[in-house]
Amino acid sequence: MLDVLLASLLSPVVLAFVLGAVAVAVKSDLEIPEPLYQALSIYLLLAIGLKGGVALSETPLGDVAGPVLGTLALGVLTPVIAYNVLRRLGRFDRTNAAALAAHYGSVSAVTFIAAQAVAAYAGVPSEGFMPALVAVLEVPAIIVGLLIAYARGDRAGSWQEALREVVTGRSIVLLVGGTVIGWIAGVEGTEKVAPFFVAGFQGALTLFLLDMGMTAARRLRDLKSVGPFLVAFGVLMPVVHGALGVWVGLAVGLSVGGAAVLGAMVSSASYIAAPAAIRVGLPEANPAYYLTASLGITFPFNLTVGIPLYLTLAQWWGG
Amino acid sequence: MQTVTYRLVTIVAERSVRDRLLDALHTLGATGHTIADVKGEGSRGARTGVPGVPSVKVETVVPPEVAERIAEHVAERYFAHHSVIVYLQDVEVLRGSKYAPHNERA
Repeated sequence: MLDVLLASLLSPVVLAFVLGAVAVAVKSDLEIPEPLYQALSIYLLLAIGLKGGVALSETPLGDVAGPVLGTLALGVLTPVIAYNVLRRLGRFDRTNAAALAAHYGSVSAVTFIAAQAVAAYAGVPSEGFMPALVAVLEVPAIIVGLLIAYARGDRAGSWQEALREVVTGRSIVLLVGGTVIGWIAGVEGTEKVAPFFVAGFQGALTLFLLDMGMTAARRLRDLKSVGPFLVAFGVLMPVVHGALGVWVGLAVGLSVGGAAVLGAMVSSASYIAAPAAIRVGLPEANPAYYLTASLGITFPFNLTVGIPLYLTLAQWWGG
Repeated sequence: MQTVTYRLVTIVAERSVRDRLLDALHTLGATGHTIADVKGEGSRGARTGVPGVPSVKVETVVPPEVAERIAEHVAERYFAHHSVIVYLQDVEVLRGSKYAPHNERA
């Protein structure tokens, strides 16, 4: 169990993330250009979509149904948990609590990719169709968050436009699109693109996480402004959601690696799809709260402590 | 060279309002626009931006009354909750009829 912990902490992707944070701390002139960030995120999302689609084409539908339903249930349940914690314990107003709940119920695709890579690195690979579950987990929580906010009172935003933003956002388009392409093309069809999308994947991920380390470290400046409750929330909520995800994952028949990766997915907070939708649907909510919490606290926590923790939990409960 | 005085409206806004803003510009009578991705910080800090999503700067040359309508629309719709600034200036343009709304074109 300890070697899994060590292996995941010392995987190149996690170390690259730490390097990014160090670069910001020492005020290095290192800077990843914006277009490269965009290109890398498009590459990673399409690559995992393709990979998931190919795996789906080889998996009997019955094997996927359980995990899909379990993921869907988690996507609806976790924002409700997060909302109640924020309202009752954190005394957040309805708008900000709903916005944060949408983020914590939705998923960070990068956390998923890192978890999948780390699990494989630690010798407990996850199911090939996991990327399809990311697409399933991304949308429901954002809808739940918007529903909670719109259930009472006038809103400055438009939930219809927010919903359009979620469904047509780049992560869903690339993930679902990639999955469909991979599923249609199958193993043989994707052989030609594999040298680019498969062989280059880990390297691109390492480069991307270097950039994420820098982005997350810059967010740390805002920690003071969000208050101690949100800092604690950003660490403890993922642990609760992560444990729930691991447990559900094992219950619906995922392998140890799959359950750990599902735990990491459920524990993660979205910082691409959810902010884009919430900015349109709930512009009154303060972005300093949800961006700092998801990107400055939960993302680095999951990458360094969370993922090894969910791996350990999955091995303990399912091994 | 014959020039006509029009108004240059510049809007710097967070990315989340881009599509709605461009639709509104044209509904309100702009015949064209120029858009660019930009970076910066304002009174709301750089926080409202989502990582990897730059702000946008939209410029459009329009008759004074259209400029007024655009400025009012932006103020009413976005000032309360979004990172948006608007400024207007006079510009001398060639081929003045290019910037008049279609129905008013001589």
